[in-house]
Amino acid sequence: MSSVPISHVLILAAILFVIGAFGLVVRRNLVFVLMSIEIMLSATGIAFAAAGSKWHQADGQAVVIFIFATAAAEVAVGLSLLLRIFRRLKTVDSDKLSTMKG
Amino acid sequence: MGDLLWTIVLIPFLGSAILAVFGAFMPKKIAGTIACASIGIAWFLSIIVAIRFVETGTANVPLYRWIYVNGLHADMSLHLDALSMLMVGVVTFVAFLIHLYAAQSMYAEDGYSRFFSYMNLFVGFMLILVLAANLLVLYLGWEGVGLCSFLLIGFWYKDIKNVHAAQKAFIITRIGDTALAIGLFLLFREFGTLDIQTILSNAGRVLPFAGATAAVIGFCLIGGAIGKSAQIPLQTWLPDAMAGPTPVSALIHAATMVTAGVYLLARMHTIISMSPAAQLSIAVIGTITLLYAGFSALTQVDIKRVLAYSTMSQIGYMFVALGVGAWTGAMFHFMTHAFFKALLFLSAGIVIDSLGGEHDIFKMGGLRTRLPIAFWTFLVGSASLSALPFITAGFYSKDEIIWAEWSSQLGSIWLLAGGLLGSLITAAYAFRVVFLVFYGEAETEVINKPGMLEKLAVIVLSIFSIIAGFISLPKALGGFDPFGRFLSGVLPHQPAAAGRSGLTAEEVILALSSTLSILGIYLAYAYFKNRLASEALGLSPTGIRVHTFLYSGWGADKLYDRVFARPYKALATWNRNDFIDKFYSGLGALARYANHNLSRTQTGKVRNYAAAVLFGAIVIAAIVLLR
Repeated sequence: MSSVPISHVLILAAILFVIGAFGLVVRRNLVFVLMSIEIMLSATGIAFAAAGSKWHQADGQAVVIFIFATAAAEVAVGLSLLLRIFRRLKTVDSDKLSTMKG
Repeated sequence: MGDLLWTIVLIPFLGSAILAVFGAFMPKKIAGTIACASIGIAWFLSIIVAIRFVETGTANVPLYRWIYVNGLHADMSLHLDALSMLMVGVVTFVAFLIHLYAAQSMYAEDGYSRFFSYMNLFVGFMLILVLAANLLVLYLGWEGVGLCSFLLIGFWYKDIKNVHAAQKAFIITRIGDTALAIGLFLLFREFGTLDIQTILSNAGRVLPFAGATAAVIGFCLIGGAIGKSAQIPLQTWLPDAMAGPTPVSALIHAATMVTAGVYLLARMHTIISMSPAAQLSIAVIGTITLLYAGFSALTQVDIKRVLAYSTMSQIGYMFVALGVGAWTGAMFHFMTHAFFKALLFLSAGIVIDSLGGEHDIFKMGGLRTRLPIAFWTFLVGSASLSALPFITAGFYSKDEIIWAEWSSQLGSIWLLAGGLLGSLITAAYAFRVVFLVFYGEAETEVINKPGMLEKLAVIVLSIFSIIAGFISLPKALGGFDPFGRFLSGVLPHQPAAAGRSGLTAEEVILALSSTLSILGIYLAYAYFKNRLASEALGLSPTGIRVHTFLYSGWGADKLYDRVFARPYKALATWNRNDFIDKFYSGLGALARYANHNLSRTQTGKVRNYAAAVLFGAIVIAAIVLLR
């Protein structure tokens, strides 16, 4: 079983991260913003998993689990905030949510 | 004697401190008692000291080391000789009477204990001034009395006019004080000490006679003296200083503090006489001031302003006396003036209080029968001020000065003419007030009667305004002169001019000045009798112009405003945007510019912030990777 070179995995992670970051900046719908953040978190997870497999360390996989847990919590809080925002302001457009600017 | 001497100085300070700290918590009666008692005790002690002084003579009392810095040795020490003994006696005595008066007249005022705290403080500083053995100690007292003058002129600080008057007095006397300070520096440079007796005894060796240094020092001392004593050209503060309570005017702005300049020059007489130019200028300043103030007093309508100008004028006489070397004559006039001017102010205070605060002499009138006590005492004071011949104290002291203007080697016919004209005007303005206030029709109702303490103060001062003259009679009237002998150890005799002395000349001048003062009284009477005619004269265009000119003190305030205040203000406005200001306002503008631009980045759009975060992360990553 030939192993995948680590550089490929890291490139994949980088591409995913850039897609996520791009979505974060470009999308105005907060649902997509949350999804973009998920993509970025997954990208870092992949990078950690690859690094763990490369140096035969369990730390990489442990961090991935931490990231999943964090991502789950983040989605839970983020979606509930999103619901509250939608209920109150009837919109999920992040550009319209600027009433608190200084 | 030393222990007693410093208690005289200490007790007023103690009284002031007690009143300042606990005054707010004590009833007025107790506050007044403490104030009067402290000055009373000081007066009593000064009598004991005077008795011992006659037995033992001059004393130097070092108290403690004050300043000991590389070459500058200033001890806190007191010096008692005949001159300071005279000053201490007069100051404590007059101050005691005025405190008694004020205890009653100020009773209804708010800030009663504050008032007495200041008054006691003033007496303490005045005693330091006159007893100082060292010029630095003298300067301490000098500034202290200036401070108290400021505090008391602005006593009714809720009226902004009084505050301005206080500031004016403080600032204008400060000009003189600066000159005095420079004089002290120069004296220290020349003599290496500020001890008065050392300076006086070494003056002949250290300073060349009529040299430039002596002249500069002399003029600096004169500068200090004219500021404090309200002589031309630093005279404008005194009339405005009448904004203070009447007892303050009596004590500080008539009897004691304003004569500090005379005392200073008499104290430093050796230095002054080292420079004939400086000494001549004292006589000239005095003559100009006495005429200036006399003419101004003729037109005033505020009774206290008349007295203020008259104070200026009488101090002018003292300056003339100093200028012609009649040091004793100046001190004699100081003493009689302290009595009769304090008396005049206190009687005027009674009149003002009894008419419910009326200052305008044209709204008084007819008070002779309704306020007999004020009438008789004011009459005695005015007679003494006008130098009514033979019976009043003012006659003997002023005559001594007028005689000295002629008989002294430094005197001249011009000074004599000024002095004689001055005595005519003095009598005229003094009795103008007497006639307007006490004779004629009643204009305002009497609502208050003077109290016991007020009566006591004016009666005692009236007695002294009469009898104080008999201790120095002119030669033409017997030459009984214990006062002159008392001071002869400290102050030199005036240098007699060859061919100008002699009993005949003295009798002629005596007769002349007596006639002039009686003529002045007659002029005032004639003015009063023909008031309508004289007012018609005053209402002619020229009359109005002359009147306004004299009324405003010869336009001195306006002149100073034009010459000094406005150019200074213009200069300050022009210099407003100087380099340093530009730097700081530039800093401010930069901050405002940055703020304006940076606040635009706060869009409130999350995407923008996220983009900024990303951009920052990329930059940092780039730096880390490419380094």
